[in-house]
Amino acid sequence: MDFTTFLIQILNALQYGLLLFLVASGLTLVFGIMGIINLAHGSFYMIGAYLAFALTSMTGNLMLSIALGIPLAFAFGALLEWLLFAHLYKRDHLEQVLLTYGLILIFEELRSITMGDDVHGVDIPAMFSASIPLSDTLSYPVYRILISVVCLALAGGLWWLMQRTRLGMMIRAGSHDRDMVQSLGIDINLLYRTVFALGVALAALAGMLAAPISSVYPGMGGSVLIISFVIVVIGGIGSVWGALLAALLIGFADTFGKVLVPDLAGLVVYLVMAAVLLWRPEGIFRKG
Amino acid sequence: MNPTTQSRVAMIFKLAVLAGVIAFPVFGSAFYTEMVAKVLVLAIFAMSLDLLVGFTGLVSLGHAAYFGIAAYAVALATPKYDPANLWVVFPLAVLAAALAAFFIGLFVLRTKGIYFIMVTLAFAQMAYYIFHDTPLGGGSDGIYVNFKPDATIAGWTPFDLNEPLQLYYIVVLALVAVFAFLSLVLRSPFGRVLVGIRSNEHRMQSLGYATFRYKLAAFTLAGALAGVAGFLYAVLFGFVTPEYLSWHQSGNVLMMVILGGMGNLGGAVLGAFAFIGLQELFSDWTKHWQLLMGGVIVAAVLFMPGGLSALPRRILKVVNGERGNG
Repeated sequence: MDFTTFLIQILNALQYGLLLFLVASGLTLVFGIMGIINLAHGSFYMIGAYLAFALTSMTGNLMLSIALGIPLAFAFGALLEWLLFAHLYKRDHLEQVLLTYGLILIFEELRSITMGDDVHGVDIPAMFSASIPLSDTLSYPVYRILISVVCLALAGGLWWLMQRTRLGMMIRAGSHDRDMVQSLGIDINLLYRTVFALGVALAALAGMLAAPISSVYPGMGGSVLIISFVIVVIGGIGSVWGALLAALLIGFADTFGKVLVPDLAGLVVYLVMAAVLLWRPEGIFRKG
Repeated sequence: MNPTTQSRVAMIFKLAVLAGVIAFPVFGSAFYTEMVAKVLVLAIFAMSLDLLVGFTGLVSLGHAAYFGIAAYAVALATPKYDPANLWVVFPLAVLAAALAAFFIGLFVLRTKGIYFIMVTLAFAQMAYYIFHDTPLGGGSDGIYVNFKPDATIAGWTPFDLNEPLQLYYIVVLALVAVFAFLSLVLRSPFGRVLVGIRSNEHRMQSLGYATFRYKLAAFTLAGALAGVAGFLYAVLFGFVTPEYLSWHQSGNVLMMVILGGMGNLGGAVLGAFAFIGLQELFSDWTKHWQLLMGGVIVAAVLFMPGGLSALPRRILKVVNGERGNG
């Protein structure tokens, strides 16, 4: 592998890892704060990608579609929390697994009914469709760099939100003691609804950003879900920083796995997980 | 009804179901007989998961791995132009599943709660990719089991698995055997310890039980029994694909356990019948049957705690005017 190829792979790994972080951060927040295991989280990624496809075919502009799609996804998340997930907080994990498994089936079929089962492409917006030349023959697309930058900015924003704002303080308090927060006069239900909707919006945004490079296809939620689980397990439930670190680790493991051992590419990620589990059964950044 | 009458009614119901299953091929067509055989195999699979979920309190979302590994063991151990010997290939398949469960159990049982659910899923996915990405078992296309195993032992052939009817009764026999075996296990001191772990693991530890070993034993045993189901499934359909190990398969079998009511072996069997029955019914109506299935699952979780086997008790309570959430 010469240096330029190596550089391209590093950029790819970063971009993939950061995109996975967007999905996994919502998952780990909902786990950590509300104690909910949500198998349908991958579906939000899929819904985001299809939303980007549908809106882009209407508006002709991916950036505009994303700007429209984020509030839609947020509202959808809030609605879903109100309708279903609010009833799950006091149930055990098994029931959460089942209900959200049922939701996956529903979302996949609704997708099949409304959008069909074809694979779709989404165009990269014209202003980001250029490539940066790295050598005489190799270049790197601007759009992928844009994804990395957006994801990094969001990771920073999430840190700011959690550590530096009043809302973040309430969320952190709520994850420690739900009843105490409530007795201090904070509407915990609204807080939970916000966190859940935020998680949905982040996953959907990841799907929208990924739509032009990964294309839009049935079942795209399932693989992302399981990789996100691996990230949450490695990072430690509820730890946003753990999720960021683990997402980058998985991004690199997967990207270089595909280059170095193509036959076993699907396995590398899980081997990394097994190794981390042997070392620290509760993830790198265990909470509390 | 007092508890004794209740358990007597349950016993009569179980015997009636068994009688119905035994008599079924006389009335049902070959198509439906094969479908009932499929349900019975899945019922074995569901019971093996119930040992973990219902009795030991370990929610595994990767149980399809052991089912699929045993199925692949059959496919890989069958020579290209000859049948494999049943008495070799059956223990081999079950052993392969048990070994996989043992080694994966060493990892996953270090974790608890939500972690356990996610890690069992992740390891099952790892097994899925081994068969999906490598040419070992025909890759994503799957692999045919060209010949059903030959039951000849020391020159004597007690039955022929190529005969659909004989295969059907072997499956019925296997179901009864696994049911009886698990009932005995659960009544044994070992089974009591498992139930104790479910209700309070710390208490069992302070009573001096090495709970990790018990859980590992339960996990391995459940894997082996899932292997029995996987073996039968491969023999029944003569075809094995990576989808046997997919997480949808794990989700479906978990659904059977819950639908029937967990912690109840009969419930697991009932759940398998209900699940496949609904699947067939819905897919007759529409090609988007998963939408209805998903709706049933969501509704079952929200409105039917305790599953199908708890329904009679709940209805009785309503009829008798009792109040409660049982």
